[in-house]
Amino acid sequence: MSYITKPVARHPRMPVNALGLTARDYEGSMSTLCAGCGHDSVTAALIQAFFELDVEPHRLAKLSGIGCSSKTPTYFVRDAHGFNSVHGRMPSIAAGANAANKDLLYVGISGDGDSLSIGLGQLCHAIRRNVNMLYVMENNGVYGLTKGQFSASADIGSTSKGGVANRQGPINPVDLALSLGATFVARSFSGDKGQLVPILKAGMSHSGFAFIDVISPCVTFNDHKGSTKSYAHTREHMHEVIETDFVPLRAEIKTAYAEGSVKAVTMHDGSVVRLRKVDDKYNASDRGAVLEYLTEVRGRGEIATGLLYLEEGGEDMHGFENTVDTPLVKVPYETLCPGSGALSDLQKEWR
Amino acid sequence: MDQPSASRVNDFALKVATVNGTGSASANGLLLQALFRMGIPVSGKNVFPSNIQGLPTWYEIRVNKDGYTARSPEFQLIVAMNPESYARDIEDVVSGGWVLYDSTKELNHEFRRDDVTFIGVPLARMCVDQFEGARTRILMKNVMYVGALVALLDIDMAVVKGMVEEKFSHKKRLIDANYQAIDLGYNYVRERFDHPLPIRLETMDANGKSVIITGNAAAALGCVYAGATVGAWYPITPSTSLMDGFTEYCHRFRVDPDTGKHNFCIIQAEDELAAAGMVIGAAWMGARSFTPTSGPGISLMSEFIGLAYYAEVPSVFFDVQRTGPSTGMPTRTQQGDLLLCAYASHGDTKHIVLFPADPKECFEFAVKAFDLAERFQTPTFVLLDLDIGMNDWVIPQLEWDDSYVQDRGKVLSAQELDDIERFYRYLDTDGDFVAARTLPGVHPKGAYFTRGSGHDKYGRYTEDSDAYVEVMDRLLKKVESAGDHVPAPEVHRGNAAASHGIISLGGCHWAVLEARDDLASRGIEVDYLRVRGFPFNEVVEDFLEEHDTIFIVEQNRDQQLRKLLINETECPKEKLVSVTYYGGQPLSKGHVLEGLAPFLEKTLMEVGS
Ligand SMILES: Cc1ncc(C[n+]2csc(CCOP(=O)(O)OP(=O)(O)O)c2C)c(N)n1
Ligand code: SF4
Ligand SMILES: [Mg+2]
Repeated sequence: MSYITKPVARHPRMPVNALGLTARDYEGSMSTLCAGCGHDSVTAALIQAFFELDVEPHRLAKLSGIGCSSKTPTYFVRDAHGFNSVHGRMPSIAAGANAANKDLLYVGISGDGDSLSIGLGQLCHAIRRNVNMLYVMENNGVYGLTKGQFSASADIGSTSKGGVANRQGPINPVDLALSLGATFVARSFSGDKGQLVPILKAGMSHSGFAFIDVISPCVTFNDHKGSTKSYAHTREHMHEVIETDFVPLRAEIKTAYAEGSVKAVTMHDGSVVRLRKVDDKYNASDRGAVLEYLTEVRGRGEIATGLLYLEEGGEDMHGFENTVDTPLVKVPYETLCPGSGALSDLQKEWR
Repeated sequence: MDQPSASRVNDFALKVATVNGTGSASANGLLLQALFRMGIPVSGKNVFPSNIQGLPTWYEIRVNKDGYTARSPEFQLIVAMNPESYARDIEDVVSGGWVLYDSTKELNHEFRRDDVTFIGVPLARMCVDQFEGARTRILMKNVMYVGALVALLDIDMAVVKGMVEEKFSHKKRLIDANYQAIDLGYNYVRERFDHPLPIRLETMDANGKSVIITGNAAAALGCVYAGATVGAWYPITPSTSLMDGFTEYCHRFRVDPDTGKHNFCIIQAEDELAAAGMVIGAAWMGARSFTPTSGPGISLMSEFIGLAYYAEVPSVFFDVQRTGPSTGMPTRTQQGDLLLCAYASHGDTKHIVLFPADPKECFEFAVKAFDLAERFQTPTFVLLDLDIGMNDWVIPQLEWDDSYVQDRGKVLSAQELDDIERFYRYLDTDGDFVAARTLPGVHPKGAYFTRGSGHDKYGRYTEDSDAYVEVMDRLLKKVESAGDHVPAPEVHRGNAAASHGIISLGGCHWAVLEARDDLASRGIEVDYLRVRGFPFNEVVEDFLEEHDTIFIVEQNRDQQLRKLLINETECPKEKLVSVTYYGGQPLSKGHVLEGLAPFLEKTLMEVGS
């Protein structure tokens, strides 16, 4: 049986958040992924992010498609509402759910197979629709759950465990999201929790679709020499272009950065995201320049990471659809039903 | 020669043959509405190509004083406005009938028939003489044939002109042009031809409490009245006008008067898969949500339908059926998706399916579908077809009972969750096969994991045989128990106990009723049951048992209703005789009689007919 309930043990001196919950309260059942799988580290980062954001567990909706990565919503925030849907189609479930209840917080977990092959269409359209959610794509270059076939994010020349080199060009999820007009685009690494946690928090605070491509190595099928999605390769070639510091609403700003290199963005919920350029040339609010810069970095064989592009204040799906402020699930039936009088008036036109 | 006799007052069919994209639809609508306002039972069927402009299109109107409004393929009059289709159109008139055509160009001798009367009116020429501008001339030509028909059929001119006035109340100039065109057609006929024809109209009083409406519009209204808030869709003929209707009525009834914001969310999805996902996502949150589509869409949605079935998410699917397989004939009607919908998706599944026969039932069943979906927490289908969905029907006006209360099924409130020890999503605590659900965000105790993977009754992931089987068995019983809650079958019996019965469904109803009356007038009693929902219940089972031979009348090649009955009832299949028509037109009496003939021959001989 792959469902293992984890005993909830509380250390008396464990730190608590504003809701009086400990990080433990944000855990889920025991992971059944391979020991060392990158996805488990992403789960750990999510737990920390939700804990630090004081998220009310039952007000969180966590969704996924199918794959090893898509299994992970069971492993965090056990008291959140989960939806493990079908392969590649999580974005549509999230869009429908968000349409019905805009009051909840939404996080979607997907894989590179789930998002870039079978689900590419839905991902693209969720971006266009600007569904207000955090979308985490755990990217390992392979289909883990079906035993290691190349995915659409595999780089040219990257080899499989059996030594076969991939020859088809990859779909670059960050470039894709940028070209489709995504308002929050980031790339991170499961092995760099320090970078990942603030980005996840910023993504949750973003109003609109927040897309994070997280390199998350598959130790079983794609962590060998010759793979460009291995731990070693990622560590060696990772190039952080921007450092992210997340300052929650009303919190004191502690980190001190050199003047001029920091850009502070106030998020919809009042929290502040501070972006520190590691590279002087970088401008995280100029879409064209970001794309150009990323191409240049890629040309050097490096993997650009950080909160690469951020645009706050855009219109989300509800803005496009002009829905009422009350979540539709809370609009009383009396408001929805026009009643018998309206029906007979309407029909006068049909005679 | 079958001369249409003088007794054909308010009893004939006519067909208008035009080119699509030339504005003839509004002229034909005007015609239908005029007959409706004269109080005569009437139906209009649009036979149109899958094309935007330039191909032949037809509009068929049947008037029948006795109220039979199924399609009649026997046309006493053809309004032949499209030279491209002259050959077949003129062939379609019954012997002794009439052809009204545009005589601006002389009619080719090949098309002449000795047994029909040709009425030539130089419509195009008169338009060129009287009106300016190419578009106006084309439009006025349509209005002009209406004028000619006013004279030929004795349509009430005051009614026609009254409608023109209503329609163009804010465009005085157009009223004058339309009047002029009508008069030109009318006067030309009056001055040169015998009129009215023996097929003509007389004012009746049959439509006092009726309206003209399409099934798609009625279903859309049903969604509004049911309180649906989220609709997701991908355009496909013949279902598109259902979402157009929902959009229109929402803008009319659901816009917050203070803020101008919408108490609804309509999402045009990227494809039908996404549309289904959105419906399921919204339903998971507790919204009443739906998608209108047609067969190809259901094929694409199938994976999601299985998820909704297994994870028990209430969701409503309207399938406005068209002619399959594949793209098939998108603008022709069929009942080809019965089996597809009843068992949509891989693995063991079975779904609630409703079969409305007209727009009135589209409205009522739409509301019912949401109640059933939520009560049984399962996908629920409403099967319309192109004929019901897109054609104009005269039906008793829709009624709404203001005391209606939504059946939300078992949804635990925050209070109820407070009071229970622990919540288990798939635990049937009271033996009715339905487990209570919770809605996200309501209460910390209500959280659970929705999934399409194996789960036990506590909602936990499982790969254990017994735990899996236990849930699957409950699901089967749950959906079967819905058989007593779907709209009850409509049963028609004769005076004596009949040994023969008919079972049919959906839009076949009207042709079956007419055929049955026809047989009764010849002394042959055939009982009739119309199934209105699936799963079937005892009433269907009893009807099957009571009769020796049961004709299953349906509009598909593969006898899908018959197969569903064989599959889902105790009836031996030898008793079920198939009567199918699947050419893409709405069913007519003749199809039914033809299908029954070989088997009733003996009986007919006995009665001496
Ligand atoms: C319709 C459908 N086709 C195929 C599969 C089989 N399948 C399950 S997971 C998967 C790929 C998952 O890859 P990815 O999203 O990268 O997740 P990972 O396991 O690598 O984390 C496939 C092909 C499926 N579940 N459903
Ligand atoms: S197969 Fe790969 S992706 Fe799947 S759990 Fe194992 S390491 Fe992770
Ligand atoms: Mg993968």
